[in-house]
Amino acid sequence: MTAWIVAIGQMLLLAMLAPVVVGVTKAVRARLEGRAGGRLGQPWRDLRKLLRKQPISPADSGGFFLAAPLVLMGTSLVIAAIAPYFTATSLLGGADLLVVVGLLLLGTAALALAGLDTGTAFGGMGSSREMTIAALVEPTLLLAVFALSAPVGSTELGAIVAAGATDPAAVFTPASLLAAAALGIATLAETSRIPVDNPSTHLELTMVHEAMILEYAGRDLALVEWASALRLTILLGLLANLFAPWGVATNDGLMWVVLGAAVFAGKVLFLAAALATAEVFAAKLRLFRVPELLAGSFALALLAVLASYVLA
Amino acid sequence: MNPIGSGLALAFVLAGTAAFLALMLPAGWRARLVGPLTGASGLGGAFAGGSAMSGADWQLALPQVLPLAGVELAADVLAGWFLLLIGVVTAVIGLYTIGYAGRDGGGPASRPAMSLLPVFCGSMLLVPIAASVSTFLLAWELMAVASLLLVLTRHRQHESVRTAGIWYAAMTQAGFVTVLIGLWWLAATVGTNSFDGLRSAEPAKHATGIFLLCLIGFASKAGAVPLHPWLPKAHAEAPSHVSALMSAAMVKLGIYGLLRVGFDLLGGGPRWWWLVVAGLGVLSALYGIVQAMVANDLKRLLAFSTCENVGLILLGIGFAGMLVQSGQPAAASVAVAAALLHTANHAGFKTLLFCGAGSVLHATGTRDLDRLGGLSRRMPATTALVTFGALAAAALPPGNGFLSEWVLVQALLHQAPGSGTVLTMAAPIGVAVIALTAGIGVATFVKAVGTGFLARPRSAAAAQAHESPPTMLAAMAVAAALCAALALMPAVLAPALGRLTEALGIGAAPINTSLTALRLSGVTGAIRPLWIALGLVAAIVVVGTAVRLAGARRRRAIAWGCGDGPLTARMEYTATSYAEPLQRVFDDVLAPERDVDVTHAEESAYHLEAVTYRQRIPDRLENRLYRPVIELAHRVGLRARDLASGSIHRYLGYMLAALVIVLVAGVAR
Repeated sequence: MTAWIVAIGQMLLLAMLAPVVVGVTKAVRARLEGRAGGRLGQPWRDLRKLLRKQPISPADSGGFFLAAPLVLMGTSLVIAAIAPYFTATSLLGGADLLVVVGLLLLGTAALALAGLDTGTAFGGMGSSREMTIAALVEPTLLLAVFALSAPVGSTELGAIVAAGATDPAAVFTPASLLAAAALGIATLAETSRIPVDNPSTHLELTMVHEAMILEYAGRDLALVEWASALRLTILLGLLANLFAPWGVATNDGLMWVVLGAAVFAGKVLFLAAALATAEVFAAKLRLFRVPELLAGSFALALLAVLASYVLA
Repeated sequence: MNPIGSGLALAFVLAGTAAFLALMLPAGWRARLVGPLTGASGLGGAFAGGSAMSGADWQLALPQVLPLAGVELAADVLAGWFLLLIGVVTAVIGLYTIGYAGRDGGGPASRPAMSLLPVFCGSMLLVPIAASVSTFLLAWELMAVASLLLVLTRHRQHESVRTAGIWYAAMTQAGFVTVLIGLWWLAATVGTNSFDGLRSAEPAKHATGIFLLCLIGFASKAGAVPLHPWLPKAHAEAPSHVSALMSAAMVKLGIYGLLRVGFDLLGGGPRWWWLVVAGLGVLSALYGIVQAMVANDLKRLLAFSTCENVGLILLGIGFAGMLVQSGQPAAASVAVAAALLHTANHAGFKTLLFCGAGSVLHATGTRDLDRLGGLSRRMPATTALVTFGALAAAALPPGNGFLSEWVLVQALLHQAPGSGTVLTMAAPIGVAVIALTAGIGVATFVKAVGTGFLARPRSAAAAQAHESPPTMLAAMAVAAALCAALALMPAVLAPALGRLTEALGIGAAPINTSLTALRLSGVTGAIRPLWIALGLVAAIVVVGTAVRLAGARRRRAIAWGCGDGPLTARMEYTATSYAEPLQRVFDDVLAPERDVDVTHAEESAYHLEAVTYRQRIPDRLENRLYRPVIELAHRVGLRARDLASGSIHRYLGYMLAALVIVLVAGVAR
């Protein structure tokens, strides 16, 4: 019973935190670029505005256009509920890392189908580019999973995080550091950040993720934006808990869970600020250079796997 | 009476009746009777398979039926698994045929086509229960000939059907000869014809040669690269219900042959055998999905996806063999369980997808994804069912393809440290291959569903599409329900898988029996597909109702066309353009052929009249490996024409030479 309460609490808290994470990235970036920037709660105000506006569907679209925001939000909420963010054990019996990767890909595929359903050229373009990047990120993600789970003997997220929390030295192996680098690049690709995609561009021909959602308005757009923020929070949280798992609650006491939540929020906001700082100094890659970047991250993940076998 | 025996008797009697009736009945009645009879025959086979999987045994010897060797039949757990698979696919296709070969279906309803269908299904049921070498070869050849004739059903209408038929005939016969030589070599070495005798004999002397010959034959039947060129041709040109039977059921008999000969009759072998099998699996998975990704023909896409899935199955079997030889029975049984689960899952979603392709082909008259589109308005049920099948084929949770890939990755992850350099290097490569094929697979099926069914129709043919007859939709719905059952409660197959892995001599039961969770035994790993699916549905419903309450009413509007007027269907992304970025990444593998023809105006070379652009992505392995062989045979044939010059003196000389050679050979012995 407590597991259910903690899981739903974790899901709601992550959903509340997600727009703040996006607000932090925008605020840090604005300050570093010498602008005043919006306040930290601005994404919340944007969501409130969008939820009240009238949603519009293109004349030729069908059920896929309507379903995609719901599927995107649904998959993100399920991952937020079951993955080990506040506690070291996966809630509700097991968030397998392969399941998490698969659910993220399901959300991406649903949005890609919605992009094609609009019948516009930009929708198709964004959809095609997004699926290309998603297809090439998969090997890196799964090999990084392999590298992390080989020492622990299980792909279950809870086991990996608990192993890291109870034995801090296990986190600083070469395999772990290489896997961290590979997963970092993969996170940038999955969440459509620079250098793979620019989330604040206005030029349609440079868009990847934004081009798929050009036709969304009102509550559909609110759900899509919220789900993107939630996916960023989920992936940053996974990076934090896999490679810096200290502060995660290792037992069931309520105090420890609350402390774990606070530490988790701090880690994710720190990572968001670091991400924004790195983005200020980097430029977006040409689309056909992105496979080279992803091949580089694949090489890092392969090295991580070999290191975990040879040096373990 | 023995349930297996009664099930099989029912299956064969019904199949024979259906074949006979198809020759006698008038056209209107043919589909209405042959379809249900074939379906019922499939159900009989499935019942027999289910009984065999729950532990019953059955044997039958008919020494008088065939000269010299007789017919021996037996059903054990391994045969039961494949009987169940083939029986269920046959039942679904039987239901589909009622509508497909009916008045509104568009499928072939001629006497040969209708009468060969139950013969094909019956011969596929005969292969797993064959218990001697001669029976096996007889059933194999019967299946090959029946399927060849069914592939050639529409040969008068299209040239491509004849080409496909020739490729299929040549490769399937070559595969048959290879299997024949291998199995007869084994029988000659051991000295007995029946599988029981071969199983209980000690390891044969020439086991490596036998295994390699049988591997070539069975891998060719399964569609493993580089023995695959017949598969995209035959599966694309055959009528859709035959394509579904071939893709979902017939290629699995190649897998059955490999398991029977490799694990059962030869008793496993040295590790390098299974490394070769895994290597074939890796090659098939990668090449298959890359070719599927750039295919514009819907059925060619599905055929290459079959190559990819067969590659994953061979990868699982290869790793199982290697793990057995390194003394890790727990991981080995998980690997073979993954491979067998994938045969069942693939049969389910491939049947659904090929039936959907048949509906699309009938409704629009074209298989070209570039010319389709806009079908979701006019064929909503087909679109929904094909999307469900594509979700399963793309190995996304909560589909059934995801589950068998999960089990396969678990098997590759859980090998003991120190199991040798080969396994240590091979397992990460295996995981990377599975991941790459999964990623490109999602892109391929998003392309197939998105460009084929969504947005606006890109041709007049697609604009006039209509929904399929209800029996075709019912068959697809049954296939979808079976996929859902395999996705949500896969652990019901756990006892059968346990008996199978023990029967093959691999190890103990790999999966614990449970209603909701898929828990591996022997290695750590558990997944709860039912909970994941319910959680997703609950989250989607809650979010949907919550935002509905928040906001205003939805309105439809024309999509923004950059101010130049309304958007036309020509502005949409086609299948070729959708796959172009990924195709560019794999340019060196695919080597597309591009042609640009520029026609200048008469008056001035500076003005263009027309520009024609053509792009074709050939099957590069076919061109590199098979065309030289075909060219060589052609040249040899042309030179051999000189032997028959028409001169009687030369022919008399040939006869004299032959007589002299025979006399010399007889005297010299």
